[in-house]
Amino acid sequence: MYPSRFRYEAPRTLDEALALLAEHGDEAKILAGGQSLVPMMKLRFAAPGVLVDINGLEGLGHHEETPGGGMRVGALCRHVDLEHSTVLPGAQPTMAAAAPLVADPIVRTRGTLVGSLCHADPQGDWASVMLALGGSVVATSARGRRTIPVGEFVVGTFQNALEYDEIAVEAVVPAAQGARSGSYLKLERRVGDFATAGVAVALESVGEEVVRAGIALTGVGPATIAATEAAQTLVGSRLDPDVVDRAADLAAAVARPRTDHRGTADYKRHVVATFVRRILTAERAPAGAAA
Amino acid sequence: MTATAEPAASQALDEVKIGGLGSSRPRVEDARFIRGRGNYVEDVTLPGMLHMEILRSPLAHARIKSIDTSAAWAVPGVKLVLTGEMAAQRNLAWMPTLSYDTQAVLATDKVRFQGQEVACVVAEDPYIAKDACDAIVVEYEPLPPIVNPEQALAPGAPLIRDDKAGQADNVAYSWEVGDKAGTDAAFARADVVSTLRLHYPRSHPSPIENCGAVADFNNATGKLTVYLTSQAPHIVRAAVALIAELPEHMIRIISPDVGGGFGNKVPVYPGYVCAILCSILTAKPVKWIEDNTGNLSSTGFGRDMYLDSEMALTRDGKILAVRYHATTDQGAFYADAQPTKFKIGLVHSSFACYDVPVGHITAQGMYTNKAPGGVAYRCSFRVTEAMFFQERMMQAAADDIGMDQAEFRRRNLVRDDQFPYRTPFGFLTDSGQYLTCLQVGLDAIGYDDFLVEQAEARKQGRLLGIGISTMTEPLGAGNSREYDILGIKMFDSAELRVHPTGKAVLKIGAQTQGQGHETTFAQIVTHELGIPALDIVVEHGDTDHTPFGMGTYASRSTPVAGAATAMVARKIRAKARKLAAHLLEVLEEDVEWELGRFFVRGAESRGVTIQECAMAAYSNMPDGMEPGLENNAYYDPPNLTWPFACYIATVEVDPETGVWDVLRFVAVDDCGVRINPMIVEGQIMGGLTEAYAMSNMQFQTYDTDGNLVGANYMDYLLPTAWETPGFELHEVVTPSPHHPIGAKGVGECAAVGGPAAYVNAVMNALRPTGVRNIDMPLLPDRVWHAAHTGDDVSGAPPFRTE
Ligand SMILES: Cc1cc2nc3c(=O)[nH]c(=O)nc-3n(C[C@H](O)[C@H](O)[C@H](O)COP(=O)(O)OP(=O)(O)OC[C@H]3O[C@@H](n4cnc5c(N)ncnc54)[C@H](O)[C@@H]3O)c2cc1C
Repeated sequence: MYPSRFRYEAPRTLDEALALLAEHGDEAKILAGGQSLVPMMKLRFAAPGVLVDINGLEGLGHHEETPGGGMRVGALCRHVDLEHSTVLPGAQPTMAAAAPLVADPIVRTRGTLVGSLCHADPQGDWASVMLALGGSVVATSARGRRTIPVGEFVVGTFQNALEYDEIAVEAVVPAAQGARSGSYLKLERRVGDFATAGVAVALESVGEEVVRAGIALTGVGPATIAATEAAQTLVGSRLDPDVVDRAADLAAAVARPRTDHRGTADYKRHVVATFVRRILTAERAPAGAAA
Repeated sequence: MTATAEPAASQALDEVKIGGLGSSRPRVEDARFIRGRGNYVEDVTLPGMLHMEILRSPLAHARIKSIDTSAAWAVPGVKLVLTGEMAAQRNLAWMPTLSYDTQAVLATDKVRFQGQEVACVVAEDPYIAKDACDAIVVEYEPLPPIVNPEQALAPGAPLIRDDKAGQADNVAYSWEVGDKAGTDAAFARADVVSTLRLHYPRSHPSPIENCGAVADFNNATGKLTVYLTSQAPHIVRAAVALIAELPEHMIRIISPDVGGGFGNKVPVYPGYVCAILCSILTAKPVKWIEDNTGNLSSTGFGRDMYLDSEMALTRDGKILAVRYHATTDQGAFYADAQPTKFKIGLVHSSFACYDVPVGHITAQGMYTNKAPGGVAYRCSFRVTEAMFFQERMMQAAADDIGMDQAEFRRRNLVRDDQFPYRTPFGFLTDSGQYLTCLQVGLDAIGYDDFLVEQAEARKQGRLLGIGISTMTEPLGAGNSREYDILGIKMFDSAELRVHPTGKAVLKIGAQTQGQGHETTFAQIVTHELGIPALDIVVEHGDTDHTPFGMGTYASRSTPVAGAATAMVARKIRAKARKLAAHLLEVLEEDVEWELGRFFVRGAESRGVTIQECAMAAYSNMPDGMEPGLENNAYYDPPNLTWPFACYIATVEVDPETGVWDVLRFVAVDDCGVRINPMIVEGQIMGGLTEAYAMSNMQFQTYDTDGNLVGANYMDYLLPTAWETPGFELHEVVTPSPHHPIGAKGVGECAAVGGPAAYVNAVMNALRPTGVRNIDMPLLPDRVWHAAHTGDDVSGAPPFRTE
């Protein structure tokens, strides 16, 4: 468990950090919570020459609502901040459901949502949540600033769309077209285990009618998977049982799981369908009860 | 005792208050552990110390064509690069195992499992050592890997142990026990024969502290001091003397604080030998600390055993006979830590708690391209498998004859009036109240009510299940007639010195790894001498300064070293009595003992405390008496101790996901007299947690290429406080008739008997589906597949991935 030799830099400002990235190119890596990067370095799966620790930067720890039911999450907002957030429960039900399921309490005190997106692990929980919500990543470099939809940001297993000189400064969720509902379900063998399969569902409804829907899948493919067709069938519906079943089947159909020590491919696909059904059925029940 | 007119007010001390038997005194070792003041091997730093790192094989089976170490030597700060060829010049490329096999220290000819030690580097710091390891170039010629016994036995299978003269196949040993003819005859009379096949998966003891050593060879004095993560430092000293051909008095093994062992720290590992050799070669202290993957992939695993069983029954539920074949997968080297006479540990202790007239067990061990070992992971030499097999067979048999599982046990458990009881495989169980324990358990769980609730739930499609596991196990090896390791008899020892002011130091040959010996062994002395436990320190783990002992594993410390402690304390009391008679100016025959004090018979108020006797031993002994108050005792137990346990789990299985949750868990343990009830309960809860891990999530397996699955703690899961169920503990006390204070072993009962309770509960929940067996761990996908297809699920390797 001894990493290779590396240089450690702790810039005090964003400009300093960006300058370091520009200077060192693909030799440099950002260190945020370190909960993915440090284990990889200890196992020598990653051997960056320079670590640029952004933990000393000001103004990145935020998470806050934006007008119309949107959300901004800064690059140093920890999982634990989201788990104990007073903002999320009413405003962002899918995020609120996921926050306590990410990793374990120890990891949650350091790990960040933005770092999780950057890490682009197909088993990362936040990428599914943000994909279902139609979120984006805001990237900055000395060259300027750009906003990248999560669907384009995650390009493959452990691959994101950032250039070497860019820092992801925040993740954003757009304004909602209706009342938000949804949830995140994750099958894990143990606290702190990555998902055997996970399903994020984000709905926006007017009255009982769904006006926008997002479904995304964790741990059942080479990258986070958007179940676009499944989500689309929900739009305009009232989540009647046949619609729910159709969505569950469509979501399972786009899963591309592999058999491994967490379960067989068949099983994981089955769990995806089961979770889609469970989330949607639960969403319908209280709405119906309230009506 | 003469009757007195007035009842004499006893001045005996309150035993619980002074920390004697029955006192849940807090663990004295925790004062340093919770303050971060423990002293583990990793904490040992010596002047001029160098660091060693091991290069491990990435392949499971391959011939080594060449090893090029030139780039490693060139890394600045490197002091030594050691290969098997160099070790061979010192006759140290191979070493003996505890099962009379040999094991490679550093591979010379072939690598035989993934993770095997190939070379090592000594450098100024561990980072440099690691860099240099990465710079070593090894050329391998891959050979077909073997990952299970079936492949090992297949015609044309590659010979793994081509290093051994006369080894023509992959069989490590064959063994049998019992009465074959009698068993066959009983089967011929059976109404019903119940069969069961299963695999107990490979698991790893995974102590929180990995293995490590600081070897310090002083070339001026010729003395070798080794700080070692060992459960048995005295055996290691003997082994080092034999392997390294060093004089035994010039070897000092120190086991400082040990961060968990669970059987993993009994053997001598290649890393230890390398560290010692490197210290001799560099004439500097050399530290080696294994990483997690090294520990999980190369050191002693547990289990990996296959069962193929039959039970002969009458229709009304009496067991007539049992027979089974057990196959063990030993990995590349047969390195079980077990008593010499028994090739598959004490697996034949199975069915010891049932009145079974006759039985027959055959066993065979196989070499495979997997990590070597077969250590007793928290158990007394393979009894975990024995009891799991037994309890899974019991449940299958009850189902086969359509009898309630509790009633079936009731009809077959040994009754209280049958002790001492000769088991079908020759053990003599000492005592117990098995039926009482079972009943306490059934009452606690509310057995009848649960069956009603279960039936109701089934109507709504909910799957509830209840599982029982009842078992006794042999703890506290020896006696020395039957039990030895490498010829050294399995007794144990204690040395007690009482200082002039009545404070005492107890030195034992056992070795704590978290069990709390420093706490409980003082309590035994307190019980015998009335010296408050706070006034006694317990020392162990330094071969120069503590008496010879076989170490701590197999729940043997209290049964053997604990008995030695009671015996030495009694010797001290006998001498103190003479001192008391002298001080009280009466004849020794007129001196009576009560806890902490001698007094004159008939004149109870005239007495002296044990502390006053201690002072007299140094300041006022009678003429002719040897001064001082110290002694030692070597204890050779007449028999093993046989605790009993009844574990009952209730579960709910989610039929859609296969996830199962424990609803309740009741544990009834009879471990005889409890020295420190809190520590006993801690041992039981820890064991039940490991049992839960085994049944629910934890296993190591290998894929077709011989790659280890479960080589890090992301894949090899240890349960946390979040998922571990709550445990409801109950006790029954049947003192051991032959142990000086009536205690029995307890450290392992729950890990041994626990897994079957969980598995039986899930199987009970799935009974309507017709599923007979799912191999552990009962992962959600396995449970789901079984529930959906009605088929059994095998967990045997190779593990198939895409
Ligand atoms: C035991 C354990 C269990 C875990 N379980 C889970 C789990 O169940 N679910 C889950 O989703 N995750 C899990 N994780 C991962 C955890 O959530 C990480 O925190 C997360 O994946 C990465 O966030 P981080 O801040 O720690 O990033 P780091 O480890 O610091 O960085 C990860 C990668 O992203 C890059 N990076 C980070 N921040 C930025 C940035 N602002 N701009 C550009 N690049 C950046 C880094 O250079 C690096 O390549 C687990 C981790 C551990 C150790």
